[in-house]
Amino acid sequence: MPFSHLLVETEPPIAIIRLNRPKVLNALNFELLRELVEALETFDKDDRIRATVLTGNDDAFSAGADIKELSEATPVDLIQRNQFALWDRLKKTAKPIIGAISGHALGGGCELAMNCDIIIASETARFGQPEINIGIMPGAGGTQRLTRAIGKFRAMEMILTGQYMTAREAEKHGLVNKVLPVEAYFEEAKKLAMQIAQRAPVATRLAKEAVLKSFDTPLEEGLQFERRNFYLLFSTEDMKEGMKAFTEKRPAQFKGR
Amino acid sequence: MGYETILVEKRNKIERITLNRPSALNAVNDKMGEEFYAALKEAEKDQGSRCLIITGAGRAFSAGEDVAGLKERYGEGTHPSLGDHLRKKYHPIILRIRNMEKPVVARINGIAAGSGASIALACDIRIASEEAGLKQAFIGVGLVPDSGSSYFLTRTLGPGRALELIMTGRTLGAKEAETLGLVNMAVPATELDKAVDDVAERLANGPTKALGLSKRIVNRAPHLELSEALEYEAQNQDIAGRTEDHLEAVKAFLEKRQPKFSGH
Repeated sequence: MPFSHLLVETEPPIAIIRLNRPKVLNALNFELLRELVEALETFDKDDRIRATVLTGNDDAFSAGADIKELSEATPVDLIQRNQFALWDRLKKTAKPIIGAISGHALGGGCELAMNCDIIIASETARFGQPEINIGIMPGAGGTQRLTRAIGKFRAMEMILTGQYMTAREAEKHGLVNKVLPVEAYFEEAKKLAMQIAQRAPVATRLAKEAVLKSFDTPLEEGLQFERRNFYLLFSTEDMKEGMKAFTEKRPAQFKGR
Repeated sequence: MGYETILVEKRNKIERITLNRPSALNAVNDKMGEEFYAALKEAEKDQGSRCLIITGAGRAFSAGEDVAGLKERYGEGTHPSLGDHLRKKYHPIILRIRNMEKPVVARINGIAAGSGASIALACDIRIASEEAGLKQAFIGVGLVPDSGSSYFLTRTLGPGRALELIMTGRTLGAKEAETLGLVNMAVPATELDKAVDDVAERLANGPTKALGLSKRIVNRAPHLELSEALEYEAQNQDIAGRTEDHLEAVKAFLEKRQPKFSGH
């Protein structure tokens, strides 16, 4: 897969996707998003890959939308380009995405981070939705996902003032899982991805799906959904292997079947 | 880069920033605030300088905020926010000193008062002339400690002693400050340069990355539970363990010689 805005490596069972427009702090243009979705969808179909680390560089995960590209856009351009269709596909990624976030995660960059399933941040990371400062508002899920992550009042303050949150604040308020020194966050994210990649792939996929379902459903419906996924796993070879290995006190060898 | 209110010198991996308005006891006017901050930023980036000394020219370390400048501002019929003034001028300076990942030594040559004391207290190591003193001058002008003074004093001395200094505003002599642990060493004025240079040379030839990481974990330690502090040490030890200087030190130990640290 040749990409111009991403660096993609596979180290089975994990893949690493790096946003790679360092000169513009990894600003998200249409092409980058298209490539990102393409890469994630490819890995979803690739049996060798069981989890992905999504990262930028130490200075910037992503500073947000490409303002140059946006400032010249008319509503018709935006509708025709239909960038949000890409975000909708991003949301449907089936395999776990571990975000390794350092430096700026602002605007669309913050929204992209919140599309990850687990976020490992460096101490230098900062999160924000500064769209209000340029006369617009978050448009790729920021008002919905930030509110669910940190609650109405803090989300409202960040979105209405455009103020940033440091990595430690984000950790305190539940926006990130763990904060590490800038020299260590990426390795930690990889370690976590490797750990998840050792688990039974079908179970991982259905569990992720069930957790995400909780955002869209009332509790009763969510519990039904969970139960169906739970029953489904009893038809897998990996379930038999997992339980057998447990009783035999040895590590399980999962095959993804 | 030419500065008006400070002097910057570099020699043998040691950088020295001198607050340089001796006729005003190095009171920090707005120009000095800007220049000092700019010099700190430069020093932080400069890989060639591995230890920073902060000192004052003439009789004083620094008399703190330039009250003459404040008076001018009040004279205009408005009363600007002191809080905003601190946020803009001093907070970046204090945070930059605390977060700079190389050792910062305060050479306290004379009185350090008000925010001047705060600057000295923000440094990693304080070496004072016996003729110097620290003064919480704020209460004398009807204000409260700022620029980190209350934070550093309370953490070093506990609330009782901190409040005594803050409430009386008395000048704490260098010898007494040494006894209290507020300065690391008080030496006769004639021996100040030698004492500072000895420490600075040692630090400038040290394993800079590990010195910086040590500062990082000590900065954070007071805010953590023991289990969290242990974890934070482990994370940073991982980083230190991968430095060239660590490998050099292990090698030197096995070869029974002194290590030669590159700072990497």
